[in-house]
Amino acid sequence: MVENLFAWDGRMIAMDAGRATKPRELEPAAGSGTPPNRRRPRLWAIRGTLSSKTYAAIAVLGIALPFLLWIGLLSLGAVPKLFMPAPIEVVGRFANWVTNEGFAADLWISVQRVTLGFALSLAIALPLGLLCGTFKPCEAFLEPAFDFVRYMPAVAFVPLMLLWCGIGEASKVSVIFIGTFFQMLLMFADDVRRVPMQQIEAAQTMGATSREILFRVILPSSAPALLTTSRVTLGWAWTYLVVAEMVAANSGIGYAILKAQRFLQTDKIFAGLIVIGLIGLLQDQFMRALRAVLFPYLKGR
Amino acid sequence: MTKGLSVQNLTKAFGETRVLDDVSFVIEPGEFVTIVGASGCGKSTLLRILAGLEFSDAGSVTCSSHPIEGPGVERAMVFQDYSLFPWLSVMDNVLFSRRLSTNEDDNLALERGAEEARAQNLLSLIGLSKVKSAYPSQLSGGMRQRVAIARALMSKPAVLLMDEPFGALDAQTREVMQDLVLDVVREEGTTIVFVTHDVEEAIYLGSRVVLMAPYPGRIDSIYDVALPSPRTDDIRLEPKFMELKRRITSRVRETAAASFDGADPSSSS
Ligand SMILES: Nc1ncnc2c1ncn2[C@@H]1O[C@H](COP(=O)(O)OP(=O)(O)OP(=O)(O)O)[C@@H](O)[C@H]1O
Ligand SMILES: [Mg+2]
Repeated sequence: MVENLFAWDGRMIAMDAGRATKPRELEPAAGSGTPPNRRRPRLWAIRGTLSSKTYAAIAVLGIALPFLLWIGLLSLGAVPKLFMPAPIEVVGRFANWVTNEGFAADLWISVQRVTLGFALSLAIALPLGLLCGTFKPCEAFLEPAFDFVRYMPAVAFVPLMLLWCGIGEASKVSVIFIGTFFQMLLMFADDVRRVPMQQIEAAQTMGATSREILFRVILPSSAPALLTTSRVTLGWAWTYLVVAEMVAANSGIGYAILKAQRFLQTDKIFAGLIVIGLIGLLQDQFMRALRAVLFPYLKGR
Repeated sequence: MTKGLSVQNLTKAFGETRVLDDVSFVIEPGEFVTIVGASGCGKSTLLRILAGLEFSDAGSVTCSSHPIEGPGVERAMVFQDYSLFPWLSVMDNVLFSRRLSTNEDDNLALERGAEEARAQNLLSLIGLSKVKSAYPSQLSGGMRQRVAIARALMSKPAVLLMDEPFGALDAQTREVMQDLVLDVVREEGTTIVFVTHDVEEAIYLGSRVVLMAPYPGRIDSIYDVALPSPRTDDIRLEPKFMELKRRITSRVRETAAASFDGADPSSSS
């Protein structure tokens, strides 16, 4: 075997030496007028890249612009204060919410509900999605039925859940569950079906059992897509949380927003919306970081 | 340990299209058979049936007199396009088959340490020991295909089925890979069925060249390559080699042209 290694190397060398004529030296194209062939940073290159500085600058612009618009509208006096509070009022109201109105408790209960509902969805949809995307009988049994349920709006289940589960935690968690589970399962199944057949067949010709193909090929191969699906559905979980809290709760961020509306505290509505946006942003960044840690082989793609 | 293959009256259709029509041949243990033929004549389909990934409508397929009922470790396959596992390093790709439960007690019976030594050997054989911890996405197309070959060889398969494995490689790497495959056959006595578009490659590698014709896919003719067996590069320039190449190439053209004269079911409507 070691001899073969040298055979390989020897051949490579032989090939280099065997090139019949050396290519002529290229004419030096460096006439004083020709620019060097360096990659010039182009802002609008298709699928181009940006330096992290430029990227950050543009991102700040994108975030600041709505705020500037907001301030602009106010200073023009175009909208009544009642409908649109000034940023400083929103900050003040938020500070008050934190110190006097139990923001921490609202946040904590909301996070709990989302986590519970989402985790429940994930725990059931992941194994079922794997099975549906892998075995046709599972697909036939579950997917047409779930496609049917999927088109029933989750919000319409709220009254039913209230009837069944009362106004306790169970009704909120089940609305989040209904809102995410069916979509998640169908998307997981699609992710799994997108695993290249060649990978599966290669494993088969190496003697892998069905179980091994499921856990050593299909699962790791689809894992990045599964994570992306989870990231997207986690966003929906927050949507359904707020819906559930507005209809059937006496705690949580959604409830706080609803209550603020009753008392015409527009500034608190704004604060609540911004908080939810920030939570989403944080979650998204976390999931992206998780992707980089879990799937180092995807780097640069 | 070496195993032969036998195909008897094999017939296979996809819907209305006859892809293989009454194909029969025998491959002796340790033989190197190459298959050429116009595009669409069923070469890949035949290979997939031998691998146990596809099933015939009629006829029998056996590997050392056992009927082929599905994929198995003794028949490794190198695919036309890349089938590496992107989440595993080069080394772990090569070792994949050794980490499967079914292979723990097979004929190879390698110790853990010996397995890694063999993988290491295979990697240096294909000239990739330097990148053993890289991921497939970091390799060039040709390098990936070499890893796929090492991965298929890892379990010392009795039969190696290769579907245009060098189709994407440049001419020089291709020739190096051809000699590499010949070296392996000599050392391990692997039976090889090798599909290619390249008639010169088919003659250089094979002890027999099977020529298939399209619509319906069938065996047109089989050529014995009567050339000295440890092949060297010079063989390509021998009159006998060139004559055979000319004969096979023109026959491939004839069968392909015949299929365009209305024999192609898809062009008749
Ligand atoms: N899964 C399939 N379903 C329907 N038709 C198929 C399928 N696989 C192959 N065919 C048809 O069978 C015929 C032979 O295909 P095959 O891939 O075996 O050809 P080939 O000789 O390998 O061609 P090439 O040299 O281009 O790779 C083609 O006409 C193709 O359209
Ligand atoms: Mg093919």
